[in-house]
Amino acid sequence: MTGTWVAVLVTAAGCYALKLTGLTVPRSVLDNPRVRRFAELVPVALLAALTAVQTFGAGQSLSLDLARLAGLGAAVLALLLRAPFLVVIVVAAGTAAALRALGVA
Amino acid sequence: MPAASGPAAAGGLPAANDGPVVAARPVRDSVALGLAVGTSGLAFGAAAVGSGLSVAQACVLSLIAFTGASQFALAGSIATGGSLIGGVAGAVLLGSRNALYGLRMTGVLAPRGARRLLIAHGVIDETTAVTLAQPDAASARLAFRATFATLYLTWNLSTLLGAYGAGRLGSPQSLGLDVVGPAAFLALIWPQLRAGRTERAVGLLGAAIALTATPFLPPGVPVILAATAALAGALVTPARPAEPPPPEPGPAAAGLP
Repeated sequence: MTGTWVAVLVTAAGCYALKLTGLTVPRSVLDNPRVRRFAELVPVALLAALTAVQTFGAGQSLSLDLARLAGLGAAVLALLLRAPFLVVIVVAAGTAAALRALGVA
Repeated sequence: MPAASGPAAAGGLPAANDGPVVAARPVRDSVALGLAVGTSGLAFGAAAVGSGLSVAQACVLSLIAFTGASQFALAGSIATGGSLIGGVAGAVLLGSRNALYGLRMTGVLAPRGARRLLIAHGVIDETTAVTLAQPDAASARLAFRATFATLYLTWNLSTLLGAYGAGRLGSPQSLGLDVVGPAAFLALIWPQLRAGRTERAVGLLGAAIALTATPFLPPGVPVILAATAALAGALVTPARPAEPPPPEPGPAAAGLP
């Protein structure tokens, strides 16, 4: 139990320290055009990766959850139709929930 | 927000105009996201207790680590009985994502002094996505605060509920909550994906890298590996040395599909 507490506290402290590190980088580092472009593109790369992994991943394997896929497809459709953010989320979750409730996927 | 903010989100955010900002949408969307994503704390609380963590340990992780992927990773490694050192290392490595976000967010949020300590705690996937999707710096800071506050409260309350109610709750899947994360992330980077070819290429490459690596690496690491897509993008198209140019009225701003 003590070991678990140490693990919990070290993880918590480490995660916070990393957040702080990112905000403490001297501004001069960002004067470099390549570094600045990298910082600009990092959220796109990581959030796109998260989207893909949360859609197709199941732990360490890839899987095709049809309800989830349909939910994301509905979100894409809503985005193409220029729906507001909230609508996109509700449509996505609603589609997946409805398909599961109907036992279709 | 996702459809209307246009190319501004991809470049530098224009200077704040501290007038009566049109605050409704950043706040409404931020609160909605915070509530929707925050409820997945239920899943974390339940998973943590199921893994052998105590209710207090689950809550401490949500309060102080406050970054979902790392928390799930630690609980998962404790559940499998792996070494604690390995579990901690994996969880902290996952948190390095937030350091990369901070690199981008520091220019927008301009944190100073002691406030930096508080702001830092809020730099995670969701707040970064919402903040960078805003059309100007004032809405960006407002959106950051609203998302951080809502998500922090919801995540911690739902962790507590999930930890106590572990096993007694219906599956979040039946409500489609497992799609909220991916749909929200996609909606939030949508303006950037529309803004330029490099952004689209980097997003696709990042997704491809993460999916390819998933079977071979511990959960979470593939997403960090996707940062190499940003590296490639930066090497191919470095930013202009001066300030980023003002946003041009693109198709989004013109109201075209």
